[in-house]
Amino acid sequence: MFAYILRRLLLAIPVLLILVVVTFALMYAAPGSPFASERAVPAAVIANIERAYGLDRPFIVQIGSYIWNVVVHFDFGPSFQYRDQDVNDLIEQGFPVTLTYGFWSFVVAVIVGGALGIAAAIRHNTWLDYLAVGVSIGAQVLPNFVLAPILVLVFTLWLGWLPGGGWQGGQIEYVILPVIALSTSFMASIARIARASMLEVMTSNFIRTARAKGLPGRTIVFRHALKPALLPVLSYLGPAFVGMITGSVVIDLYFSTGGIGQFFVASALNRDYGVMMGITVLLGALTILFNLVVDILYAWIDPKIRY
Amino acid sequence: MAMFATGTAAETLAQSAPMGPPRSLWADARARFFRNRAAVASLIVLGLVAAFALFGPLVARHSIETIDWAILGNVDEAGGPCFLSGPDNEIPPCSDSGHYFGTDAQARDLFARTVQGTQISLMVGVVGALIAVVVGTLYGAISGYFGGRLDNVMMRIVDILMSIPYMFVLILLLVVFGRSILMLFVGIGLISWLDMARIARGQTLSLREKEFVEAAIATGVHPFRIILRHIVPNLLGVVIVYATLLVPSMIIYESFISFLGLGVQEPLTSWGALINEGADQMRQGLWMLLVPLFFFVVSLFSFFFLGDGLRDALDPKDR
Repeated sequence: MFAYILRRLLLAIPVLLILVVVTFALMYAAPGSPFASERAVPAAVIANIERAYGLDRPFIVQIGSYIWNVVVHFDFGPSFQYRDQDVNDLIEQGFPVTLTYGFWSFVVAVIVGGALGIAAAIRHNTWLDYLAVGVSIGAQVLPNFVLAPILVLVFTLWLGWLPGGGWQGGQIEYVILPVIALSTSFMASIARIARASMLEVMTSNFIRTARAKGLPGRTIVFRHALKPALLPVLSYLGPAFVGMITGSVVIDLYFSTGGIGQFFVASALNRDYGVMMGITVLLGALTILFNLVVDILYAWIDPKIRY
Repeated sequence: MAMFATGTAAETLAQSAPMGPPRSLWADARARFFRNRAAVASLIVLGLVAAFALFGPLVARHSIETIDWAILGNVDEAGGPCFLSGPDNEIPPCSDSGHYFGTDAQARDLFARTVQGTQISLMVGVVGALIAVVVGTLYGAISGYFGGRLDNVMMRIVDILMSIPYMFVLILLLVVFGRSILMLFVGIGLISWLDMARIARGQTLSLREKEFVEAAIATGVHPFRIILRHIVPNLLGVVIVYATLLVPSMIIYESFISFLGLGVQEPLTSWGALINEGADQMRQGLWMLLVPLFFFVVSLFSFFFLGDGLRDALDPKDR
């Protein structure tokens, strides 16, 4: 087990390095200086600014010092557009927000989706089952950027129950709509996966044996069926995490929650390479770390996996 | 899947059948598909949407960027769809304005813009899926057929690419090389083939153990010829099913990026961009949100049902 974790860790490092090198090379290859603007600035001035940001150094030196600063000092460097801000400030400001609604979205998606899927499989071909299937089909065509306006339309404009944007330090009424908008499509996917695998497990031989022994239904479901049925859900959590991180950009933009995605879009629109790079690397590292945890959990839970 | 190639088995089956000419597996699949009502309905709906995108420009009375000065400044009251025109509102009748779907916030014809947005969204979906089919199938077939170390390396590359939050890299790509439709295609094409490669590889692993591949090897056929002539045609069923399911996810990617304002650029538009504009205006003009939303939801629904129907028809394992 330990060797397996070590091997996965060693594989994660090159992945992360590739991500950094690719994004950095993209920035480096970008035509035009990031400091070029509509005003005609003398070339000497731009050269001076670039030197101040260390952009005149060779590629290898630049990327080397970037990686060194990130790894050793956790310093993602300066913003190229705002002199008084560096990327760390933006992360400190936005990350707690993203983490708050991201965490709740994840919890809601897993618990509601899992419960719905399992319940639908146990009550196969009843109204509950049809409800679960209906919800998961419907949610497929309602990605977060479609659901968010619909939610605001219904709950803010028509019903007036919840605010349509803002954060206010994470008060509950400001968190609800972002969480619903972000979690619904993943909740539906998890419900679908859990239902399918639970249906399969419930018809397998060891469940029949448990039934034949005369075990009560509750014990069969919770002690025997649940664990193998939830394994496919576990392996979906990695892609779901990536999807949620990506989706948080829409949530931040639409609900003005002030999370990290808002800075990402803003930096993309005004070509602030420093910020884009920092956020991409940070979120990439998080994703890779999360996938690592999921893989290890999977190997730990599933006895069929040999490592 | 092996059934496509094992001609002998199909022939004996056909001979033992009491009557009628022998039916090919594709004919069987077609029959199964047309029995599925939801899938057929989806196909019809998609046909209608495609016709809308193709022939819409002939029906539209305005270009996508002409501003209707008679409506500008009073869009909230007069910009609605013209078939809602009546004595109790200020919307000009269709014979006057020709704004079948109303106008957007800048008083541009929403019908023309929806037609154009539908064109781009469908094109992104189809091109993305096509790239996935060509690149992903070949990549997966080569990786699976040769196996061993090559397979290991090729699949590790796919693993690595899959564990990167590609949407951020794609946006990076769009920012660095300028926001254009071409760049959007390149970016979406870069990631769309990964899943397909995995699926094709999995199928190839079992296909290469089949007798007809062994026979081809024994007669000295070149490996690449075996892949193109014997492996790939047998992958087609699965590939078609997943390609159909890929189209909506490509459309979702593009709409996502355009929703953020990073995709197609004005005056061009797409479903995502239209939904974004509509979402900004829903307090004043709800139709601006509902029209593109309707096309988006209906088309995506149809693609998913079509994919399901094709899977039932082409993938005998799942039945």
